[in-house]
Amino acid sequence: MIDAIPMGEQLRFAAIVILVVAGLFFTFVSAVGVLRLPDIYARAHTASQADTLGAGLALAAVALALGWQHATVYTVLLLFFVFITNPTAAHAIARSAAESGITPVTSEPTATDGGERADDGPADSSPNTDGEDGSTGGGGSA
Amino acid sequence: MIPTSIEEIFLLAAALFVLLAIMMFYRAVAGPTTQDRLLAVNVLGTNTVVILALLAAGLDEPWFLDIALIYALLNFLMAVAISKFTVERGGVL
Repeated sequence: MIDAIPMGEQLRFAAIVILVVAGLFFTFVSAVGVLRLPDIYARAHTASQADTLGAGLALAAVALALGWQHATVYTVLLLFFVFITNPTAAHAIARSAAESGITPVTSEPTATDGGERADDGPADSSPNTDGEDGSTGGGGSA
Repeated sequence: MIPTSIEEIFLLAAALFVLLAIMMFYRAVAGPTTQDRLLAVNVLGTNTVVILALLAAGLDEPWFLDIALIYALLNFLMAVAISKFTVERGGVL
């Protein structure tokens, strides 16, 4: 290991370049997704996963380039913090959108119950059972 | 321009991250709901953290990482606080 210092430096250089390019790619995917996807839930999905991975890869490149310093500890702590808090923030935003009554865009508008779910309450009450549909539809037909 | 050293790679990557962060302003301005704007500002803040870390490595000024850490903390606090404010407006928040 000590004998091959130029080889190790080349390997570290290549690893830094690969991590930075991968981070840029995933952040680009996240940016295109936030700009182009149809509703807030799909955008929150993109922002929680692709953007977290892009930021994590770029911060890993920074930590690899800094070497053994005090600043590397800051960078690794920042990486773990971003990995924990970025999906949490996106989840909180999507949850607030769900409780504000924003209906998701679906390909079949008749397959879901639309805005009734927001009025009935949170989604954990399983509103798409056959009991509710049978009660409303049966009341109309009978 | 082909980067030759590690510092130039980090500065070029920081410039590209700035371009990706500027793309977020469209969703922050034209988002139909409050949560769209909040999500765009959250992604923009994450990009800002990455830009600060890349500049800390590219310009060899490690105290930028302190600013990046504080920025990440405030970004998460902002996202949670505003998303809580939009649901129970007039409550604690």
